Amino acid sequence: MGNEEAVFFSRVLTELTLSFHIIYATIGVGVPLMIMIAQWVGIKKQDEHYILLARRWTRGFVITVAVGVVTGTAIGLQLSLLWPNFMELAGNVIALPLFMETFAFFFEAIFLGIYLYTWDRFKNAKRHLLLLIPVALGASFSAIFITIVNAFMNAPQGFDLVKGQLVNVRPLVAMFNPAMPTKVAHVLVTAYMTSAFILAAIGAYRLLKGSNHTYHKKALFLTMKLGFVFSIATAIIGDFSGKYLAEYQPEKLAAAEWHFETGEGAPLILYGVLANDEVKYAIKIPYALSFLAHSSLYSSVIGLDQFPEEDIPPLYIHYLFDVMVTIGMWMVGLSVFYLLGMWLKWSFIEAKWFRWLIVLGGPLSIIAIEAGWWLAEVGRQPWILRGIMRTHEAATSSGQVDVMLWLFVGLYLILGIGSIIVLWRMFRKNPVERELADRAAEKAGDQKWILK
Amino acid sequence: MDLEIIGIIVLGVFLFGYIMVASIDFGAGFFNAYSTLTGKQHILTKVIQRYLSPVWEVTNVFLVFFFVGIVGFFPKTAYYYGSTLLVPASIAIILLAIRGSYYAFTIYGGLKHRRYTLLYGLTGLFIPASLSIVLVISEGGFVTMEHFGPALDYWTLFTSPLSWSIVVLSLTSVLYISAVFLTWYSRKAKDWGAVKLLRKYALGWSLPAIITAAGIIVEMRTHNPEHYDRLVDLWWMFALSVLLFAGTVYLLWKGIAYGLAFVLLTGQFALAFLAYGISHYPYLMYPYLTIYDSFTNEAMATSLVIAFIAGLGLLVPSLYLLLRLFLFNKEYVQGNRDDHV
Ligand code: HDD
Ligand code: HEM
Ligand code: HEM
Repeated sequence: MGNEEAVFFSRVLTELTLSFHIIYATIGVGVPLMIMIAQWVGIKKQDEHYILLARRWTRGFVITVAVGVVTGTAIGLQLSLLWPNFMELAGNVIALPLFMETFAFFFEAIFLGIYLYTWDRFKNAKRHLLLLIPVALGASFSAIFITIVNAFMNAPQGFDLVKGQLVNVRPLVAMFNPAMPTKVAHVLVTAYMTSAFILAAIGAYRLLKGSNHTYHKKALFLTMKLGFVFSIATAIIGDFSGKYLAEYQPEKLAAAEWHFETGEGAPLILYGVLANDEVKYAIKIPYALSFLAHSSLYSSVIGLDQFPEEDIPPLYIHYLFDVMVTIGMWMVGLSVFYLLGMWLKWSFIEAKWFRWLIVLGGPLSIIAIEAGWWLAEVGRQPWILRGIMRTHEAATSSGQVDVMLWLFVGLYLILGIGSIIVLWRMFRKNPVERELADRAAEKAGDQKWILK
Repeated sequence: MDLEIIGIIVLGVFLFGYIMVASIDFGAGFFNAYSTLTGKQHILTKVIQRYLSPVWEVTNVFLVFFFVGIVGFFPKTAYYYGSTLLVPASIAIILLAIRGSYYAFTIYGGLKHRRYTLLYGLTGLFIPASLSIVLVISEGGFVTMEHFGPALDYWTLFTSPLSWSIVVLSLTSVLYISAVFLTWYSRKAKDWGAVKLLRKYALGWSLPAIITAAGIIVEMRTHNPEHYDRLVDLWWMFALSVLLFAGTVYLLWKGIAYGLAFVLLTGQFALAFLAYGISHYPYLMYPYLTIYDSFTNEAMATSLVIAFIAGLGLLVPSLYLLLRLFLFNKEYVQGNRDDHV
């Protein structure tokens, strides 16, 4: 296998593993927070329903975490296996957050083990809730640290390059690079948003499938409220991410917006297709790009004409950007309508079609996550470390990457299908009505026993 | 002390931790599968699951810590080992994935399949075998420098007696370590049937473990004389290690003080590991890579050490809590409590 092929297959394998991992990782970051909120509300309101909600979410969560751990271990090793030259270079400057990430994993894994196996072990329910805090913190911090590494790839700093040698390394400066604030914030908030909408989708699906239990209504209301808050935050921080790009990675923004010529008062191009270097069927919003980039209608936005051909990322990232932003706006709208409807007692929010829209919101949010990452990563091409190292220089020289790719395709198929089957069975086999009845019976039994 | 030495000690501690906890995990999975085959499942499964389920993720993090840490402290290892290990490491990843998914799907998810349990048990043997390849490669003679970079010579690897003896050693020690630990654990659980069976396994695997370990030293003599000489210089550490081994076997034989037996075993492996490590110094991969020429810059090393110390401050109390609640908690160990979510 020639080097070009090795680069190609290394790319495909990295894309595959990360795209798969990110689904489980996003759930792993967001869901503990949701569980924590539900359990807290339950304890506060003395409402068994919310406690049970937390408990049932946790059962599903452990499965996604386990797959997240497995795929995360894979990507962690693959970074060195597929991109040895990159890791050698990056290891010198950005190893610190990677290293700290493992402590976050440790922290999370330990307390998750404890949390899982100590339900009902504490007399004081609040104590058990306390155990969840390190889990949620550990998960969010692992996202923060790994995203810092990724931010560094987009805006490397904290070292000097002298004749190909890295000197004068400053690890903290490398960590706090200009890409870091918006990137970390956007990744965290979108993970919370996505988790909230996935859990909302489950509640809505149950209501659609005939159960009319207040348990599901409470679950839906809670998660939609959370989804609303986080989707608004997502849009705001997304806007900041755009401003970051305009300042530090103008070629990525220009490619994402199909902004070819540098100019003042630039219009924003939404949707459309690119045929023979011509944009067709697009919606043009005058001055909007200038506003997005610099918060001023007349400011000048750098276009693709400022960059040499070989430094321009693939232009298809525009579609990814559209997908992400459309879904973001759509989810804000959906949750606003739901909350207004609850408040003003509109009947349509109980209608079937509206509930189906909520069900759809879960998968849509995941699609937005994928689109967002592909936008960010493909938009960085041809660089692996922007301005320092090109992707093709970083790859392994090993000749067996293609075979490994097929092995991993098989593995992810099994893991993906397996986790869907297991979650689905769990969800079907133990409806909440039955569990509530069982728990009530158990409590009554306990009481009798104590009285005797 | 040099930062290089501090770095390698930090990594060594975690590697040793991984070897111990993972051996327990791997061996237990194997015994579990084996007992399914021989119809003794009722004896072992409960003890094994009660111990393993809450801690397997922690076990995995030990490994992650090691490979992230080594790239942090010694970035050049990413180049040398990363370029050469693609196939063996990918296989190990896949086997680890099968293991992790067993916990996810079977223990948490309730998807029970006999074939899956067997597969899970087998990974307990194949993972140590594939990971031990790293140790083999570090002895030198298997990696050649081509014009495009380092490449692994598979033919030499598969025909070398050294590789096979290291692989066999990894298997026997996994089974031995695991059996000794589980004997102790089932005694705490007052599960006498399991104690009896596991003690038998422990005694049965003790001799193969020590013989294969001695075999490595013999192999080293022809494969890497330089390393061999340094190993022989440290003969007293190995002698002490053998002494501890004898102590463990004695206690097992007499059927007393299983806790102490496991402590002695840990000491035995720690000493052997330390002696091996010292004799390997300063090489990370003979003859290309030493801890000095692969070391990261000083600023990064200092910050990693600081992060490590801060991290330990967080970690040690948490690990202690985990052990207290599960390993040293009578009610839990004896299965009187099952508070699983
Ligand atoms: C639920 C998912 C989701 C949603 C609804 C949005 N995003 Fe996003 N976006 C992400 C999920 C995401 C992400 C997966 O988290 C990315 C990929 C890398 C990153 O930093 O965050 C991302 C990247 C990303 C980038 C590139 C940053 C970079 O490469 O440095 C920009 C400019 C935006 N987003 C802007 C927006 C805007 C203006 C949105 C309007 C609502 C929006 N995003 C919604
Ligand atoms: C988890 C979310 C992520 C996803 C879905 C993702 C996806 C991708 C994609 C699609 C590419 C390919 C671009 C191309 O080849 O055109 C890529 C490149 C790359 N990403 Fe990411 N990425 C993610 C996060 C990260 C992080 C956090 C890191 C670093 C620690 C990273 C390391 C890399 C590397 C080394 C490449 C270069 C290889 C390549 O160009 O294919 N990625 N990623
Ligand atoms: C921004 C994208 C990513 C996010 C948000 C993310 C987050 C997570 C989360 C929440 C977990 C589960 C941890 C646990 O439950 O213990 C996880 C696992 C893991 N991730 Fe990712 N990850 C991302 C990308 C990556 C990348 C690029 C790497 C490679 C360096 C990586 C390495 C790992 C490893 C090694 C694990 C397993 C840890 C363990 O054994 O517990 N992740 N990740």
